[in-house]
Amino acid sequence: MVASILPLTLTDATVRKGGKTIIGPMSETIGPSGFTIFMGPNGSGKTTLLRLMHGLEHPRGGSVTWQLPAAQARMKQAFVFQTPVMMRRTVVENIAYPLRVRGEAKNWAYAEAARWADIIGLGNALEQNAEVLSGGEKQKLAVARALIVQPEVLFLDEPTANLDGKATREIEGILLAAQADGVRILMATHHLGQARRLASDIIFLYQGQVHERAAAEEFFNTPRTPESKSFLSGDIVE
Amino acid sequence: MRDLWQGMIEAFWLIASFNADLYEIVLRSLQVTVTAVIIASAIALPLGAALAVNRFRYRRATISLLNALMGLPPVVVGLFVYILLSRSGPFGVLGLLFTPTAMIIAQIIIITPLIASIAHQAIRDLWASYHDLLISMNTTKWQRMRTLIWDARRSLITASLAGFGRAIGEVGAIMIVGGNIDHLTRVLTTAIALETGKGDFSLALGLGFILIALAIAVNMAIHAISRTERASTW
Repeated sequence: MVASILPLTLTDATVRKGGKTIIGPMSETIGPSGFTIFMGPNGSGKTTLLRLMHGLEHPRGGSVTWQLPAAQARMKQAFVFQTPVMMRRTVVENIAYPLRVRGEAKNWAYAEAARWADIIGLGNALEQNAEVLSGGEKQKLAVARALIVQPEVLFLDEPTANLDGKATREIEGILLAAQADGVRILMATHHLGQARRLASDIIFLYQGQVHERAAAEEFFNTPRTPESKSFLSGDIVE
Repeated sequence: MRDLWQGMIEAFWLIASFNADLYEIVLRSLQVTVTAVIIASAIALPLGAALAVNRFRYRRATISLLNALMGLPPVVVGLFVYILLSRSGPFGVLGLLFTPTAMIIAQIIIITPLIASIAHQAIRDLWASYHDLLISMNTTKWQRMRTLIWDARRSLITASLAGFGRAIGEVGAIMIVGGNIDHLTRVLTTAIALETGKGDFSLALGLGFILIALAIAVNMAIHAISRTERASTW
């Protein structure tokens, strides 16, 4: 039995930048299963919260704790950024990179990377420079590069922003398959439709605070706060 | 103008006649400079990466110093190395003064800050885009540096070539520590200085053209081998 890093507990966690509070103080618990989607208007703190939970931001106050020590917990997480970062390498080298830095043998890492490249439809582009891929292909590569390490928790920061419908559908398919394999997914998105399609539960952020948290169906059918009602009806929430 | 034409003819004739002295000087120039560039790059590239990745108290001051050292006067470096290697100096016992090794040491001191500074700029820019990704993957600092050096390799080749360009054309320091001894430490630049002093401008110009051609040929060869222009944005 492999020890789980979840639940994740935020206790009065606060992030401040330039004298302004971006997040918190926030106390929340992220449980071991589900597909949680973070929603909210621009500047509500979605990206910062994901970065805080993953350890890319450090809390000014309070704490962020996993079930296991931070170094071990980090090894069981992966993060997909809104703008995919392509390393100056080939497709197969990009996907294999996380395995190589974990000390896996080159042959095995490249075989795994080739398998993932097939899954995301880049099986014929293994030796291609990753920087010249299309936006959708880059983001699929970034998702494959995150999933190749078999993370327990996968963070995604608006992974389909700026992508067309086909690429969005393909990425959503990969994410649903990953969830079915037991990956805990925490994702920020602006797309209401996407949230309806994917989410098991919703965390609605407003001004750096969790304004509403509910099962997806409940959130979409009976939003409790005026801000979430406005957000769902397409009004501008500031 | 007449000297220029005569210089070109002289250069052509020296090459075409397989002049043994010329080829010896050219080979020594390459041996000294290439050795210096390889050693300087081995020091400077990790240094540039370390300065980009690590945060420490005097980092800014170190970068400023490195940039300032790019303009290190070669004659002063030559004098410094001369004092260290002279019989009465701390390393006099090694007997390195007036040898190609002394010339290599001087060139390493001159070009290491140049290569490190250019490397730092290139790696810093790449680090800015890789930062979150590599932190997220829980890489060690050593892995980050290795990754950045490898992925910035084409820019770093340019840094090393800049070092090569400076070293192959250097005369002040290697004249002091090498002594321009025939068949031992004479290289293209010191030979040019000698022939100019003797008033043989044609031969000096001929050697000068060969030096320029050599520098261009090495640069083009390195670019061709490393395929800098074939990998689009790389």
